[in-house]
Amino acid sequence: MAWTRDDMAARAAQELQDGFYVNLGIGIPTLVANHIPEDIDVTLQSENGMLGMGPFPYDDEVDADLINAGKQTITELRRTSYFSSADSFGMIRGGHIDLSILGAMEISEGGDIANWMIPGKLVKGMGGAMDLVAGVKRVVVIMDHANKAGEPKLLKECTLPLTGKACVHRIITTLGVFDVVEDGLKLIELAPGVSLDLVASQTEAKYTVSDSLLQHEPA
Amino acid sequence: MKKVFADAQAALDGLVFDGMTIMAGGFGLCGIPENSIAALHKSGVKDLTVISNNCGVDGFGLGVLLDAKQIRKMVSSYVGENKEFERQFLSGELELEFNPQGTLAERIRAGGAGIPGFFTKTGVGTLIAEGKEHREFDGETFIMETGLKADVSIVKAWKADPQGNLVFRKTARNFNPMMATAGKVTVAEVEEIVELGSLDPDEIHTPGIFVQRLFVGSFEKRIEQRTIREREVA
Repeated sequence: MAWTRDDMAARAAQELQDGFYVNLGIGIPTLVANHIPEDIDVTLQSENGMLGMGPFPYDDEVDADLINAGKQTITELRRTSYFSSADSFGMIRGGHIDLSILGAMEISEGGDIANWMIPGKLVKGMGGAMDLVAGVKRVVVIMDHANKAGEPKLLKECTLPLTGKACVHRIITTLGVFDVVEDGLKLIELAPGVSLDLVASQTEAKYTVSDSLLQHEPA
Repeated sequence: MKKVFADAQAALDGLVFDGMTIMAGGFGLCGIPENSIAALHKSGVKDLTVISNNCGVDGFGLGVLLDAKQIRKMVSSYVGENKEFERQFLSGELELEFNPQGTLAERIRAGGAGIPGFFTKTGVGTLIAEGKEHREFDGETFIMETGLKADVSIVKAWKADPQGNLVFRKTARNFNPMMATAGKVTVAEVEEIVELGSLDPDEIHTPGIFVQRLFVGSFEKRIEQRTIREREVA
């Protein structure tokens, strides 16, 4: 029983630590905000120029001047600050953001990430993704373990144009959790009911299995 | 010198020419200079190079200039959901230069601050780095990016005083402050021009030295992704 998107988001929320400043990417990573433990203090950054991102507004609170990086309407909190795009990417590039959680199309065993461009298809642009993977202290990826055609997304080398080189620290997939270590990947956790054989059949990248491999129990 | 003009058309008078480079503030449709974009559309100016994080949507924002085929080249980080953009790009009518969003912001900041080039680690090892100067600092590799300037910057602020001191509102600030510094001429459109002395000098985001022309606009403020939550029933 592989993890759902919400399960992966819940697992990713365990990466958060008290006092962290965190940037959540568009898509599944946004769901991580629903799983922030109540006993820790986390500040969410939105790269269009905001620290202290609040939840979606009620209907009568919607403000066109207040959106997140996915262009969704949001709200502010008592801690919120606003700033320019240059200041925003100054804090990203300058290593002031503790953690970035984002999606990916491919990850290599060396921690390269590709998530912005498929040659031959229309390219919409990288937005802030290249800055985030280059600048944020720790990069955690959430993604399906295989693509829609059932092909591995954890590869020896990425086939798609890179977003960043050797910048990913941890990968949470539908099947489990991998760390990027010295000489490849290390499988550290398995989703409930997922076997080592299943992971092996859907992974091209070189990886070792942790001595203290954790098999999650069904929720 | 009087900075306040009656409207966008008056503020842009004498500044517009074919082949010019324009910076347009905004992120998505948030904080875009709607009125100056409409005036540029009306002016019929063409072969524009437009530096802007995005390119509007079909029929709104910079999408209006695209629809009228007034843009020759876009310098952006993300061009999103814009069918006409896609059509013109695929047919080769429109040139496109992608910049990582932070690199774009810093290139504009640098351009306005008299910095012709700088080194960044963003994009090292990717397509973005091809053909760019690489240099090591403390054992880490960086690439050189250049500053950007514009013939005219069109920006949107919340409030201004007659000196052109600007205050932005919430996330509508985004690229506007840097672009105001990087235009040979900067035209700011605002929701309100307040009396001189009524803005707290400590709370001005963009000092008036960066703003040459100013007018009060009317704003639709279209929302791209209206996302709401339901109130829980007690």
